[in-house]
Amino acid sequence: MKENKIIEINHLKVTFDDREVLKDVSFTITQGDVTVILGGSGSGKSTILKHILGLFPVEAGVVNLLDQDIATLKEKDELDFYLKLGVFYQNGALLNSLTVGDNVALPLEQHTDLPPQLIEEMVRTKLNLVNLEDAYYLYPSQLSGGMLKRAALARAIILDPPVLFCDEPGAGLDPVSLAALDELILKLRDQLGMTVVMVTHEVSSILRIADKILFVEDGVIGFDGTLEEARKSPLPSLKDFFTVGTGGKKG
Amino acid sequence: MKQKNIHTSQYFNLEGSTIYVSGPLNIYNSSGFLHDAETFFRSNPGTGFSLNLSGVTRLDSAGALALHSLQKTAQQHNITLNIEDTTEEISNKLELFRPVENKTVAPGKKEPLFYRLGDSAVHIFNEYIVTFFYLVSDILFWSVKDVFNSKQRRRGEFLNQAVSIGVNALPIVASMAFIIGLVLALQSSSQLRNFGANIYIVDLTVIAMMAEMGPLITAILVAGRSGSAIAAEIATMKVTSELDALKTMGLNPLRFVVIPKIYGSLITLPFLTILASISGIAGGALAAYLYLDITPEIFFNRMPEALYQKDILTGLIKSIVFALIIVVTGAFFGFKVEEGAEGVGRSTTSSVVAAITLVIIADSILGLMFY
Repeated sequence: MKENKIIEINHLKVTFDDREVLKDVSFTITQGDVTVILGGSGSGKSTILKHILGLFPVEAGVVNLLDQDIATLKEKDELDFYLKLGVFYQNGALLNSLTVGDNVALPLEQHTDLPPQLIEEMVRTKLNLVNLEDAYYLYPSQLSGGMLKRAALARAIILDPPVLFCDEPGAGLDPVSLAALDELILKLRDQLGMTVVMVTHEVSSILRIADKILFVEDGVIGFDGTLEEARKSPLPSLKDFFTVGTGGKKG
Repeated sequence: MKQKNIHTSQYFNLEGSTIYVSGPLNIYNSSGFLHDAETFFRSNPGTGFSLNLSGVTRLDSAGALALHSLQKTAQQHNITLNIEDTTEEISNKLELFRPVENKTVAPGKKEPLFYRLGDSAVHIFNEYIVTFFYLVSDILFWSVKDVFNSKQRRRGEFLNQAVSIGVNALPIVASMAFIIGLVLALQSSSQLRNFGANIYIVDLTVIAMMAEMGPLITAILVAGRSGSAIAAEIATMKVTSELDALKTMGLNPLRFVVIPKIYGSLITLPFLTILASISGIAGGALAAYLYLDITPEIFFNRMPEALYQKDILTGLIKSIVFALIIVVTGAFFGFKVEEGAEGVGRSTTSSVVAAITLVIIADSILGLMFY
């Protein structure tokens, strides 16, 4: 009974220097779904994500996230709004001057009055969830690419946000780590009821966790449906994604 | 008897020996819940309770860990606490968010003070002093070798660096030197007037600017302007793996990046120093005219008597040494950078501070040598 609309986008149009990146994008994402935004390089996937997160101003159209119109979000409401979001950036975006433990603890220290002991336990628990407990005292510069990603995920979920955004979470991960990451994201979705919005190209990951596929092509949503529907879609470019992604040949 | 009491808190109720927790338990109220629970436990030591969680409407990771923490707190007060009557959802969350055994040790906390001091001293010696001298020797070797070998030299790069380090710095260096020359003469003029030694303002300004202030002002400004840029450029190249890319393309990063900067600074800094000195002398001449009635004609006629070839040479030698110090220090801190944007900022700051310090130390040594 996933009926609650967490994200609703209507007729979003985006131009950069007279170049139309998004022509007319409309879709909805319901609570508890793992939605994958798929598309070729430069198709505008990340632009959509940045508009949902309010990082780019909405020029035309409506972007609603958690019943909040992003364009009318007031500065005083920004904090409450962003506390409900977990964002997992492609390169981790951890603060290099802080240890992994301090990075993950940062939102808790800044926004809650939890005792330090409980904060430390929460950080260790979340790091343990991403299999990174040993990195508590390490600095981001001492981590490998995969470890950085897992540390970034721990930070993104530290406040148990209702919505988790992931920008290319699988890039640079080995298949085993990627599968473990997918499993963790599913566990978080199931246990905490998180809604997950993910931009990724990893077909193996999509096949494992996606409930819904949004395929961006030529500035519009070329396909909007379930994973099963996406696999059967006659759309040639989407077909190529699945065929080539699973080891087949294009066309 | 205490178990029969009814204890009420914002977060739980006690009925008999059962603690009923109700409402949401999350990051925003777990702190208050733990505080109330601890107060309650402190007043009921050595008893046994059951924890009924059927009234918990929402539990997040903070709430789950607070409940686990509650059991530890109960143990500290010799209280037995059993969780009973939970929903499957709550049980799953308690299972998912369990406290983790701390297996890691905070770095630097175990070693004794003197061990850490010694360790730091060895680290600084090996990482800074030894590496710095290795870099200096490498730079000197390639600087000399590349004069006779143009194969790996990038065409036009020497000119770019000469323009960037020298020519572009001219307006700021000349204007600063002019102001300092003017202020120097101005401050001295009242003292000289008291002794009727007005004419010696020329000697003072010319010697000070040529041998001391000209090279020093130029070096400090270039260290701040170009030394920082060199450190930031090399540090950024390192964190973005550009230096690794050069190495794997068979290019020596030092030769490719640093040597053109050495040539550019070695050629332009002496010229920049002479222009700074002239500019400072012009400032001094203006002050002499305004405050001591020494006309420019008298000032410039007196100059050859006051100025020795040795002072000009001192200034030039200093400028060459300072040029080497600025580029080598910038390159050293650039190559020493640790990953990340923070590291680039730190390297840049360190390079400017170190370059200015080394320039002043070198100036003192050279000043004594050529006295």
